[in-house]
Amino acid sequence: MIFLLMMAIPACAALALLVPGARLLPDDASLGRFGILVSGATLLVGLSAATAFDYSHASRAQLAVNRSWEPSLGLRFHLGVDGISLPLVVLTALLTFLCFLYTHRHPPAGGRLRLFTALLLVLEIGMLGTFVALDLILFFVFFEVVLIPMFAVILLWGGPGRRAAATKFILYTLLGSGLLLAGMLLIAVNAGTLDMTELARRHGAGVSHGVQVAGFLLMMLGFGVKAPMWPLHTWLPDAHTEAPTAGSVLLAGVLLKMGTYGLVRIALPSAPDGARSCALALGLLAVIGIVYGALACLAQTDLKRMIAYSSVGHMGFVLLGIATLTPVGVNAALFGNIAHGLITGLLFFLAGSIKERYGTGDLERIGGGMLGTAPRLASFLTFASVASLGLPGLAGFWGEMLALLGAYRPDAGLSRPAFVTFMAIGGLGAVLTAAYFLRLLSRITHGRPRDATAVIAAPSAYEYAAWVPLVALTLLVGLWPKTLLAVTSGPVRALFGGLG
Amino acid sequence: MITLAALAVLLPFAGAFAGMLGGRRLPQPWVACVPVAVSTVLTAIVAFAVWRSPGERAGTLTLIQTGALPIRVGLQVDGLSGLVGVMVCCVALAVQVYSVAYMADDRRYASYAAFVSLFTSAMLLVVFAGDLLLLYVGWEVMGICSYFLIGHHWEDRANSRAAVKAFLVTRLGDVGFLFGIFVLGVAAKSFTISDVLARAAGMPDTTLTAAALLLLCGVVGKSAQFPLHTWLPDAMAGPTPISALIHAATMVAAGIYFVARVYPVFWLVPAALTVLGLIAVVSMVGSALAALAQDDLKRVLAYSTISQLAVMAAGLAVGARSAAVFHLVTHAAFKALLFLAAGCVIHATATNMLARYGGLRRTMPITFWTMSIGFAALVGVPPFSGWFSKDAVIAAAQHGALHHGDYVGKVQAGWFPQTAAPVAPPPTTDSGAPVWTFHADPGVHLPGGVAWTIYLGLLLTVALTAAYSARAWLMTFFGEARGDARVHEAPGDPQAQEMPGEPQAQEVPGGARAHEAPKLMTWPLMVLAVPAAILGFFGLGAPELRPELVPSLLGIVLVAAGFGVVWLVWNRDPAQDPVRMLGPVRPVFAKAFYLDELYGFVIVRPVVALARGVAVADRTGIDAAVVGTARAARRLGGTLRIPQNGNAQTYLTVLLGGVVVITALVVIFK
Repeated sequence: MIFLLMMAIPACAALALLVPGARLLPDDASLGRFGILVSGATLLVGLSAATAFDYSHASRAQLAVNRSWEPSLGLRFHLGVDGISLPLVVLTALLTFLCFLYTHRHPPAGGRLRLFTALLLVLEIGMLGTFVALDLILFFVFFEVVLIPMFAVILLWGGPGRRAAATKFILYTLLGSGLLLAGMLLIAVNAGTLDMTELARRHGAGVSHGVQVAGFLLMMLGFGVKAPMWPLHTWLPDAHTEAPTAGSVLLAGVLLKMGTYGLVRIALPSAPDGARSCALALGLLAVIGIVYGALACLAQTDLKRMIAYSSVGHMGFVLLGIATLTPVGVNAALFGNIAHGLITGLLFFLAGSIKERYGTGDLERIGGGMLGTAPRLASFLTFASVASLGLPGLAGFWGEMLALLGAYRPDAGLSRPAFVTFMAIGGLGAVLTAAYFLRLLSRITHGRPRDATAVIAAPSAYEYAAWVPLVALTLLVGLWPKTLLAVTSGPVRALFGGLG
Repeated sequence: MITLAALAVLLPFAGAFAGMLGGRRLPQPWVACVPVAVSTVLTAIVAFAVWRSPGERAGTLTLIQTGALPIRVGLQVDGLSGLVGVMVCCVALAVQVYSVAYMADDRRYASYAAFVSLFTSAMLLVVFAGDLLLLYVGWEVMGICSYFLIGHHWEDRANSRAAVKAFLVTRLGDVGFLFGIFVLGVAAKSFTISDVLARAAGMPDTTLTAAALLLLCGVVGKSAQFPLHTWLPDAMAGPTPISALIHAATMVAAGIYFVARVYPVFWLVPAALTVLGLIAVVSMVGSALAALAQDDLKRVLAYSTISQLAVMAAGLAVGARSAAVFHLVTHAAFKALLFLAAGCVIHATATNMLARYGGLRRTMPITFWTMSIGFAALVGVPPFSGWFSKDAVIAAAQHGALHHGDYVGKVQAGWFPQTAAPVAPPPTTDSGAPVWTFHADPGVHLPGGVAWTIYLGLLLTVALTAAYSARAWLMTFFGEARGDARVHEAPGDPQAQEMPGEPQAQEVPGGARAHEAPKLMTWPLMVLAVPAAILGFFGLGAPELRPELVPSLLGIVLVAAGFGVVWLVWNRDPAQDPVRMLGPVRPVFAKAFYLDELYGFVIVRPVVALARGVAVADRTGIDAAVVGTARAARRLGGTLRIPQNGNAQTYLTVLLGGVVVITALVVIFK
């Protein structure tokens, strides 16, 4: 029931915002407080779910709600979490809360805060629902619920190229969703159930090899658009660059994870044979994504665009982990998901603050010497960049390292030489990742400021409030990776009960 | 004991945290120095305990399940780590105390000191780590501290570039290092170092060779050996105490330490030892030649560091692990001393350029005497520490060369009894002597040619070391004082790479005289001068480290020759740089054989070009295809729309035509 409550809070709040502005929450300040309050309550419910969770049985779906929804089709309203989804649920609630905190003092250009707040709340419902749904159709519904608010957020509050970016985003991801739905139904019809726990328990039993391959391939493409997997990534740089700060943070921090989460939660367990057949292709595309993303970053001139391309590289590591079909690889993927959500969320917050102060995201026009003119902001940016380039002791490292370890010894059914090659290329990609982040730091934080007299505003309390939790969690998860690995290891092992 | 070691690691870490967050509210110098001081005491206790009762002790805090091999968060203490741990703490403490004065007026002293503390913690983690992945964590954190500290004066783009270069070059090697860890760990089914060493002998040859060669990548990067050494000279852009700590005594020695740590693995792979030996020869001779022609005192010392690290690597290649570790420790003492003394010189003269020094022995007596001790130890003047340790390496190399790469004879004559030892995997723990032990697996040979190359390379390096040290020493402290050198450089002068915080306010106006550095800076010099001078005598306790007659005599002759040549040239005209005698090869040496230019041309430029290509291809290729499908869909829609244009006449015409066609078909096929 707790997840029902968790989604009911933002839903009721969003409905309440339909009341005309003159009656309820007339000004922006009260709207901002309302958003903080609602998302904070949701986060509290999420945290209490995390405390109520029984970690000794992390592989079982817990805190479940399982009601009949449409008996004639076999649809069930089935919610619940296990060790794979719990961290993502908490991450989602946290990032949404931080977005509201940030937006309260730094609203997006374009006004209409009422609509913005409502859209973010609807977005939150969709994101939470995706991670707690345990029925294929229910999952798909939530998966789609996310699209419209995000489309509107980009379209209404985005940058100069927002119309094209928003259109590309929604059409591209809808295309992916179509493939995804086909793949899921193909598997579900052949397996005779829509229940995800049941599908995972069967490990693809009763579904022929050909169907599994077709189903996995469709789902891989569908989730691959979202992840994003090279070469299906081109919606992402535009959408990230044009979206307002809160949109970028949620897009990078949560929406991308829905793709990789779906692969781990649905595609892998329900079509293991198909996964084996497609793993090589998935690994190859992942590795290309790593190197390609890093090289593309190296040549970017816009801060937000660079961070967007960096997501292609980082999610490449996540996909590589999944492609190895090993417990360590999937652990790496789940770890990488969370780490990327924390770090890239932080990076987009910082990019928003920089853009707000300098009036541009262009590296050339920002100039240098930020450590001199805005030392705090630059220090946070340095921290986030160093975390993102995968420094051991910070969150980014463990996901990448474990993905490479998985690739060194992939599942027995896969070609080892190919995966060892992937590992080597992925390692070079990590060096390139370091190269572009250090180049970024060197260009904008080092050197002398272009205009030494310019006064750059110090970060506000709300900005700190948005950044500090992410910094603290990056440190915590990085210094003590057991916090996450202990939660995910069990369910991941259960996931491979029929694979290895 | 493990608790003490853990505390020694964690205290500087906590200090770094406090220093970073505390800002001006805290007494930063104390926050910087006290944790390291306590760590020094703790590591000393640990080392003493290990010395009293040798053997390995390990402790585990927790196991982290990853789905494959678990990561063991644990430490391990034995003779080697105890010794190196003390060394690290001592140098770090000296540097922290020295920095209090050196960086006194730096606005960013707090972050500087915090990064030094963080670095110390990371280095101690490398030293005491009981798990390869844990060691890797410390290994990389050291790298990022080095990045931040090299770039401490980030206002200058050159420093920023040097920092980025240092991080990227070492990171390139570290990728190989990580893969080497994977290979070893997966083959041994554990990342715990003692397990890996115990199971190394049972691994297939190809696995071991791959692991050793991959690990060498990281070692070569971190210890600045050819071909990944190019970052170290540029790293001198950092403040001088950083050069002393990170780029002379500790971090760059970590590579050598690591090889010594997992030496049984390397000892089983002659190919890796051969590669290590050849790399060492190229590095030691090449960088000694480069050191000869540098104009910048710190760059002289940097190339000298590469060269001396190569001497240690050569020691490891010829099987003289104890000699190599011995040299590591003595080198840490005398090179840290040299850098800190150089810092005093730079502090007083506000320039790095050798050509602007001269006659400083009169104005800076403490610096002069301590730096002279440092140079004497570096060159290998008996009985200073470097002489003992270098001699031990040379003796081992000579033995190998004369016995066709068989290094066992020396060992049998030394530590082990001369009865033929059975062929067995080398022991994995230091069980014999407290600190200096030697694991030998009889029957392993380097190719004879390689053994000779290493030996001759070492001898040549001895002579070259004497030559470049003599040049730097004479040009700095002797001859005429060079007039305007004492005045501050004009702001923006590119030569004044580093402007230490302290302005020379105390100077007599108009007198422009160099002065002795403040006490907080000279004390660490005097303290470090003691081990730099006498540390060598501790080697007398172990037979394989005792000086041997032939190599030591040979060494003295070569030192005299190297020093003599430079002195004769210099004496002809003390105002001139003796290196002018090199003539046309001087720029080649000064540019270190144009390797930087080569890398820029072969690696950096193609990567940048490739990146631009990718960015363009993304826009014009992949994205264009995506946008193209949208356009194509619209065009297709446009075509399909033509029949539905709302013209009733067309609709009727088509309808009638259809009826006619259908009727015709029915009639024909009926």
